[in-house]
Parts: sequence; C-alpha cells; structure tokens
Amino acid sequence: MQFPIYLDYSSTSPVDPRVAAKMAECLTLEANFGNPASRSHKFGWKAEEAVENARKQVADLLNCDPREIVWTSGATESDNLAIKGAAHFYSKKGKHIITSKIEHKAVLDSCRQLEREGFEVTYLDPDKNGIISAELVAQSIRPDTTLVSLMHVNNEIGVINDIEAIGKVTREAKVIFHVDAAQSTGKLPIDMEQMQVDLMSLTAHKTYGPKGIGALFVRRKPRVRLEPQMHGGGHERGMRSGTLATHQIVGMGEAFHLAKTEMEQDNARILKLRNRLLEGLQDMEEVYVNGDIDHRVAANLNISFNFVEGESLMMALRNLAVSSGSACTSASLEPSYVLRAIGLNDELAHSSLRMTIGRFTTDEEIDYTIEKVKEAVGKLRELSPLWDMYKDGVDISKIQWAAH
Amino acid sequence: MAYSEKVIDHYENPRNVGKMDDADANVGTGMVGAPACGDVMRLQIKVNDAGVIEDAKFKTYGCGSAIASSSLLTEWVKGRSLEEATAIKNSDIAEELGLPPVKVHCSVLAEDAIKAAIADVKAKREA
Repeated sequence: MQFPIYLDYSSTSPVDPRVAAKMAECLTLEANFGNPASRSHKFGWKAEEAVENARKQVADLLNCDPREIVWTSGATESDNLAIKGAAHFYSKKGKHIITSKIEHKAVLDSCRQLEREGFEVTYLDPDKNGIISAELVAQSIRPDTTLVSLMHVNNEIGVINDIEAIGKVTREAKVIFHVDAAQSTGKLPIDMEQMQVDLMSLTAHKTYGPKGIGALFVRRKPRVRLEPQMHGGGHERGMRSGTLATHQIVGMGEAFHLAKTEMEQDNARILKLRNRLLEGLQDMEEVYVNGDIDHRVAANLNISFNFVEGESLMMALRNLAVSSGSACTSASLEPSYVLRAIGLNDELAHSSLRMTIGRFTTDEEIDYTIEKVKEAVGKLRELSPLWDMYKDGVDISKIQWAAH
Repeated sequence: MAYSEKVIDHYENPRNVGKMDDADANVGTGMVGAPACGDVMRLQIKVNDAGVIEDAKFKTYGCGSAIASSSLLTEWVKGRSLEEATAIKNSDIAEELGLPPVKVHCSVLAEDAIKAAIADVKAKREA
C-alpha cells in the first residue's frame, strides 16, 4: 500500500494514465499543438479535428448533440455562464430564480451576485435526506421565475436529485433548468433525450480527466439562449471566447469516453468497497450516515462519529486523505452548511468525515481505513468529555453551553 | 494545516487524561467551550491544604490544538499555587505550542478552563 491512502475522489481524481497519454500528444512541435481556430493551415485543422472528436465523446456520455457542448474552464465557469447568462438573457421575462441551500458555492455565489443586481432568489430547503423533490420545485415556481438551478449529485453527501422528474416540472412551466453535474458524470447514467435539462455544467477533473477544463451543455431544441460572460474572439458560437486548450479538451474527451465504457463495472466495484467500508464502521456506537444511503452515488460515504471532533480525527488519520465537515478545516468557524441544511446538529456536523472512493481504490486500502478509523475514534472518545457525559447518561443538548 | 511538533506530541501522547471526583471539596472543575463551536474542555485540579495544585486532569473534545493546549496546561499547573496558576496566560500556551493565528482561540479556551477550575475550587472551599 502507498500512503497516504487517497479517499477524496469527490474533491478531485487523478488523471487516468490512458487520458494523460492522449493529452501528451497535443503539446509539442512534433505533436498536435496547433490553434483549433486557425483555418489557414494543417496545424489548425488537425487541432480542430481533435477538439471536435472530444466534443463528440463528451456528447456521447450525455446522449446529446455535439453542437450542444460549449467548452469552459470547469464547472465553476459553467455554473457562472449558465446562471448569470440565462438570468440576464431572460431578465425581461422575469427576475426570479430558484436554487437550493446545499448547492455548490459556484451556484450560490452566482445567485448572490444576481441578488445584488436586483434579482430575487428562492433557496429551497432539502429534506432530511438532502433531496429536493419535484413537488417542492413545482410549488416554488412563480410567473416571474425564469431559472431553476439544482445539482444532480451533492458534493458532500453524494445524494441524487431526480433530475428527470424536476425537468418535467420546469419544462411544463417554461422555466430554464440548469443542473450542476460535476459530481455525477461517470457515476450515473445521463441521458439528455430523457432528461428535460436545458443547461448542464460538467467538469473533467472529477472523472479522471485534467483540471482546468469543463463544459456547459446548452440545449438546442428547445433553444436556450445565454448572455456570454467572457467576451473576445467569438469562440464556441459566441458563448465563450478564448483559444481552445486542445490538450485539456482531448483529455476531457478521453476521460468521458472511458467513463461511458467503464461506468457500469467501475460503479459495481466501488459500491462493493463503499458497503465494505460502511459495514466495517457501523458496528461502533453512535455512528450516523449523513444523507440518504440509497439515493446516493456509490463512491460517497459521509459519516459522523458522535462526540469526536472532525479535525482531530483527521489528525489521527494522517495516513488517509479524507475531508471533514468540521469548521476547523476552513477559515470560517461554521461547520458544513450542507450538513446544517439537512438538519444535523452542530456536534454531528463537526464530527463528520467524507470518504469518497474511486477507480484506483483497493480492498486492502478499505480494510486499513476501517481499522485506523476505529482506532482513532476509540482513542478520541477516551479523550472526549462529551463521550463521558453520554456514557453517564447526561443529555448534552440540555446543557447551557457558552458559545465562544 | 501543518502542526508543530509540540502539538503533535501532546496530541499523540496526551498528559494527564482523566476525570476526578467532582464531589471532592478539594477538586475544582472548569468546563468551557461548546459542542456547537467544535471545542469543549474539561479541566480538573486537586488542591492541597497549602493551596498548591497536586494533580490535574483533562478531557477535551476539539481539534489537535485544543487537545494539546489542555494537555500542556495540566503539566504546567501541577505543583503551582492557585495564584501562580491564575497568572498563566493564553499567549504563553500559544507561544509554547507554536499555534497559528487561527488556533489561538484554543489557548484562550485553556486559560478560561483553568480560571474556571480555580474559581470552582475556591467557591467550594469557602462554602
């Protein structure tokens, strides 16, 4: 085994060696280095061919038309382009947007910016499992609503929204539906013929592609219009100017091609590993899975160990690369807003670990993880006054704590 | 975040972990912090008739710096008079452990804990 063990695939994934090999073919003088926008010579034509091949590979994973794929720098840019671009373009029709409290910051911050510009945003509360229902969306749509933006899979707890059902609601109401799918490509089937999604944000680096490249799906039928956020040479049908990064795009194409061909076998294997991990940890006392365990991608386990603080737990787990919903991992003192929004109390939010499994995780690594987590939780509970109180039958929620 | 060697040492080998009988009139307990903030410290001291701290125990729910701050404090207060222990400043703890600015609140909490424990034992003795 190599240490530390990587269990943070939802943060980013390593580039698959097959992807890296394709990318390396697009860099040097002897290779495919041309500007895909150069129309006057072979270097440009060859680069354009590679870019269009990759566009088709991405479109194939979504079962859509390649002309519906717009290259961007990643999901954050795609979210910005989709939300601000659509809200601005359709602002004469209305200025109301619907999203949820557990979206990625790229969505929430884009919405905040629109609020500053005079738009009104409704932030839906997920249910206790972390899911936004189509019914809730239907109830929240107003005559002046122009855009609904919801994630396919949540980045912290891995739960899945029923995009197909929500798409029916938004299409009927003639509202644009944007989906952030950064966490779902290669993990769930996506079919744009079945799903009435108008805009979909994609990124390469969580699906074994490189960082710095993503795409926005922009539906052609019925046509969706956007106000561009990046002005310049009019690349990508005017929606996103800037010279295309051939090697990045080729990497994303290859990564999505592999995702399509290997999704089923990858996920079956990953689900087995996740269940092995869960079973291994669940026989401890006061352990809680955060978010719906059934409507969740195979790769994700978000779990709280009551009476143990997440950062100290991660310190004990220095041989494991995991993340925590505890405040101390970030600059702010607030624990994860996602865990708070699904109703977790502060203690359980501070006590959470997110472990995300991927293509290169092994049985051996999972067994080691189980052993080390159990050891660390046991040790830290022996150190925890809250564990003492729990064992003495004291109800911690009834104590008047002085916040500091 | 990178931890100092001293923080790691106290975290991996915490000194004086435990619990004393709160009913004992010579035992003072200071419990500070809140689970909602991610830190709870319980510091206990046992004081002899001469007013000297004979023993100290702690348990802490919190990050590595919070655990290290309380562990270090139990080492420092042992053998000191209540007055001497009162004089310990959070900045002394932060400096000894090399705490970064975002972790200074852990040392503040430790200072609060010893002050609370001292106040508790004084109140018990006067009662």
